[in-house]
Parts: sequence; structure tokens; C-alpha cells
Amino acid sequence: MAEASVRSVRGRSTGFRSVSAGRFAPRHAVGRLVLAVIIGAIALVWAAPVIWAICASLRPFEYPLGSGNIWFSHRLTLANFAKVGSLAPFGHYFVNTVVVVVMTLAVQIVTSTMAAFAFANYRFRGDRLLFQIILIQMMIPTAALLVPNFATIRLLGIYNTRLAIAIPFFGSAFGTFLIRQAFLGVPRSLVDAGIIDGCSWWQLLTHIYLPPSLAALTAFGISSVSFHWNDFLWPLIITSSDQSRTLTAGLVRFTQLGEIGAQWQYLTAATLIVAGPLFVVFLIFQKSFIESFVHSGIK
Amino acid sequence: MRRSKSSSRPQFAGPGVTDANGPGVTDANGPGVTDANGPGVTDANGPGGAAGGRRRPRSVILPYLLVLPTLIFVAMFTIWPTISSLLGSFFLQRLNIAKYREPTFAGFANYATLFHDPTFYQVLGNTAFYVLGSVPVSIALGFLFALLINRRMRGIGLARLALFHPTVLPMVSVATVWLFLLTPDYGLFNSALSFIGYRGAQNWTGNPDLALLAIIFVAIWKNAGYYMIFYLAGLQSLPREVFEAARLDGAGALTTTRKITLPLLRRTSLFVTTIAFIGAFQSVDHVFVLTSGGPSNASNILLYYLWQVRFENLNVGVASALTIVLIALLLMFTVSNFLISERKGNLDG
Repeated sequence: MAEASVRSVRGRSTGFRSVSAGRFAPRHAVGRLVLAVIIGAIALVWAAPVIWAICASLRPFEYPLGSGNIWFSHRLTLANFAKVGSLAPFGHYFVNTVVVVVMTLAVQIVTSTMAAFAFANYRFRGDRLLFQIILIQMMIPTAALLVPNFATIRLLGIYNTRLAIAIPFFGSAFGTFLIRQAFLGVPRSLVDAGIIDGCSWWQLLTHIYLPPSLAALTAFGISSVSFHWNDFLWPLIITSSDQSRTLTAGLVRFTQLGEIGAQWQYLTAATLIVAGPLFVVFLIFQKSFIESFVHSGIK
Repeated sequence: MRRSKSSSRPQFAGPGVTDANGPGVTDANGPGVTDANGPGVTDANGPGGAAGGRRRPRSVILPYLLVLPTLIFVAMFTIWPTISSLLGSFFLQRLNIAKYREPTFAGFANYATLFHDPTFYQVLGNTAFYVLGSVPVSIALGFLFALLINRRMRGIGLARLALFHPTVLPMVSVATVWLFLLTPDYGLFNSALSFIGYRGAQNWTGNPDLALLAIIFVAIWKNAGYYMIFYLAGLQSLPREVFEAARLDGAGALTTTRKITLPLLRRTSLFVTTIAFIGAFQSVDHVFVLTSGGPSNASNILLYYLWQVRFENLNVGVASALTIVLIALLLMFTVSNFLISERKGNLDG
């Protein structure tokens, strides 16, 4: 534990802080070893599905998984990915997903920041009521409203478009809430100084409120991107062709193709194509991701 | 001041901060709870709240314009759909029957249909079993993982990654991989089970007794790591002195966990429970991939059934009634969790 106390001085935002003694911390070397083995075993079990999926996706198609070793084969190949790409337009699904995710986030950031600024900076008649009305969205999740929202989309005439996938999320109670919280943390003296200096509302927002609130915006952004990259049910019902289908909806269609069946090499390759892009981003920015998930507490 | 600063900057003090700060800090309980609460609570706590005497400029038209876009979208895709579901639930409308293509008023007929439908009760039972089977286990595992991983050790970052990574994978990808894991004979899950002595049935997704369990396993694997990070943040915000004192008193690890750690992390637990319950009602992606609700509705849960009634049976009226049932259940959980947190908060005070 000496090591822990030496290294315990770390910045607050650099991630997990050092751990104090006393909690499940054996003092003997044997105890520590046993604990390390337990942790390692659990971690390995938990990681096994994805490790297996990666192995299977690289396995040549001539070696089916039904027999023998399900982990390793004599050689590795990327042919499965090429084959999957020829069976379904995953490139197109990818573009659709990126368009939907970026469009959703871009609009959300603008609308939520505007609303948050109004609620944090101004007093106006009915402000509480309006805030509460917006917050209803956090109690009644959009996922539950797929039947009426489907009808609305048909009415708007945008069925089977990428806009239809994104539009129900353009107004975000959660984003408004999170950004407003950040704005309320901005010292009033700073705002007053800005007002005295003759800042317009736009300058107040961009020069006073936004700079110290970027962390909250990042947290919201990461949780929004993760949610919409992985969302499935809404994109499934609101699309009817590959033109607008996203990766998740495309994957499920792909798994149901007659010729795919239990061809695990293709299934795992397709799965990795769908999960891969966001997962790579997550691996690079692991700390920001975990911090954002804790900060936002929503998927 | 301290709290609102922490909320403007994501750090590992998420919901756990509340425990260190004691009662009265409500909004760190997370969106699910706070919104029941309205802005009043946040205002009272926040430095900029009315209680703090923040002078906010009065303005006539600008704030309304700023709020308008969010309000329009929320009205269009949350408020109106809720109202229209309620209205729609009183109308017969079946798109596959010419006579009922246009909605006709029918009073409570759709609800009557639902409450005389054995499948509906089966689905409700399945949903309860699914939620009560997956949520407590995921949370308990999340807590255990957090305890295990909350230490300095070589490779602990890798272990954390191993436990957390399912959170960022799409549920449909996860379910597709599990489709293989659950394959009879050579599937990894079955191999592991027979290795530890399991000799029972193996056709997890095709056996009516096992299908719902398969759905639960997938949910647990996907979510435990997500709940872990909240406990991890909570653990790291606890005061060290208490644990030092406990150790000096000779308390063992188990006693310390049960008598000190868990009670101190009560608020984290409440927050995690809320998001876990609400999440469980919303997530049916794995049902689509693994079982399609079958065999014979054995793994059919509420949101999936709702989708089936609307998009396979084309029964808009009953689907609207089901939407109302789902909303009612969600509100029940949110409100009761909020009430529990209030009561706990008062006990603290």
C-alpha cells in the first residue's frame, strides 16, 4: 500500500483516484495474489464473448465452427469482412448512421444550449412551467412512444428517411438539464462583469457561459453519440429500405437473410463492422467516455 | 457552490458525491429522479437559485425564442404522442381489417381486449420476471466489480475495460454474438456450463423454459459494467477516515462492506436502481435478435409485444392502450423511486 500512498496525488479529472486502504485490501502478498487471480479470471470471462467474436471473424470460411477448436484456426483472413460487405450494403449503413448521429447531436447541442441559456440566465413568466414541461421527456422515454411517433412521421411525409430517425431527438430535455446545470455553476460575478462591459446575449453565451461548460457539453455529446449509434428499435420501424437504414437495423436484417443462417464467421464480421467504429473511438478516449457516462448517467 | 462546480465538470464524483455531501443534494440523483422534482429543488440548492438570490435579468421576448425550438420538438414527440396515445386507446383501429381501417370510438374496448387477453398477462409476467431477474443481479455484480476493481494494481485498467466494454456495444451486436455463445453443443456458454458440471437443456433460445433466462443473461452481461462505474465513482468519494477507524476496530472486509460501504452508497444505489429499471423496460433489441419473443411468447416482454401488436397485428387501438400501460409503469417506477429518495433524505436529516 506504500505505493498507493506515494502515487495517490493525482489530478481530479485524470480519472480514477488512488484508492484508500481498508476496502478489500489484503495486507499479505498471498492474499493480494489470490485477489489478482480472481479479478483476472472475472475479467477474462467477461471479455471472452468479444475476444471470441474477433477470432471467429478472422477465421477462414472453410473451417466451420461446429467442429473442433472454436477459438483458433490455422490461418487468419479478412475475407469474411469483404464477403459481408458484398452481401449487404454495410458501407451505406455506415454513412447513414454517421449522418443520423451527427445530425442529431448538432441540432441537440444548438437547441439545448439555447434553452439552457434561457433558463439559467433569464427570469421570465412561466419559466418554471416551461422547464417542467420539457423535463417530461425524461420521464416518458421516446422509446415508449414509437406508435404515436410513427404516425407523426407518416403524417410529416418523411417515413424512410434519415431525418425521420433523428427528428424525435432534436429537442433534448436531458441536454437542456445538463447544460443548464453547468451554466448555473458559472459565477454570477463573471456574468455581471460581462453585462457591465456591454456584452450582448450572444457574447454572454459564447464568452461567459460556454467556456467553463465545455466539459458538460462533451459529456452530453458522448452519451448522445453512443445512444444513437447503438439505437435499434426506432431506426428499424421508421425505415423500409437500405437507402436510410442504419448499421444496427441493417445488422438485424442481415442476420435474418436466408443464406446467412448459422455462418458464424459472417455473423461476427458483420457484428464487428456495426460495433467497431464507435468501439475504436471508445478505446482511444476511454477516460472521457467513462467520465461522461458517470456524469450523464444515461444511455 | 461545491456541488454545482462538480456538475459542470465530469469527474469521478458523479452520483457518489451526494453520499459524501450528505442529504439535501438532490440533483446528483440523476435525471430520472430530479425531473420528478422539477426545477424547484435544483434552484434551492444551486448557487444561482432563487434562494441564493441570483439576479437574473428580466427579458420580454428573447428567452421564449431561445426555449421555443426545444419546446416545439418536445411537444411534437413527447407531449402530443402521449396525449394521442391516450385518445387513440379509446378508438378501434385495425389496419388489416377494412371495416376498422378508420378509427371508430369504442370507449374502453381496447383495454377490455387487453385485460381479457391471456398473452397480455403472460407478457406482463415475463416483463416482471425479466426486470426482477436482470436488474438486481446486474446491480449486485456492478457493486461487486466496483469493490474488486477499486484498487491500484498492475493491469487494473485492462480489467476495468473488460468489465465495462459491453456498455458501448450496440445491444444488437451483443445479442448476435450471444446467439453463438448460446448455441447447443459447441457454443461457448454451453461449453463453460458443462465444464462446471451443468448437464441440463442447452437450447437456450428455443426452449420455452430457458428463452427468457437467455434474454436475462445477455442483459446482465451488457449492463453490470455500466452500473459498476457509478459504484466506482461512489466508492472513491467516500471519506477514508471511516474505513481507517473500522480497520482499527478490527472490522473485516465483509463487515465493513455491509455496515459501512453499502449504507454510505445508498444514494448511488437508488440512482442506479432507477436507471436500471427504466432501462429494462426500454431495451428489447436482444429479444429481436435472439428469440423474437418466442417460443410461444415465452420471452415476449412489454415493449416487444407493443411492437408486435402495432407492426405485425396492425392493431393500432390496442397498441395505443399498451403504450399507456407502458407509460404508466414507467411513471410508477420513477415516482416511487423519487418518493423513496425523499424519505431517505428526511431520515438523514
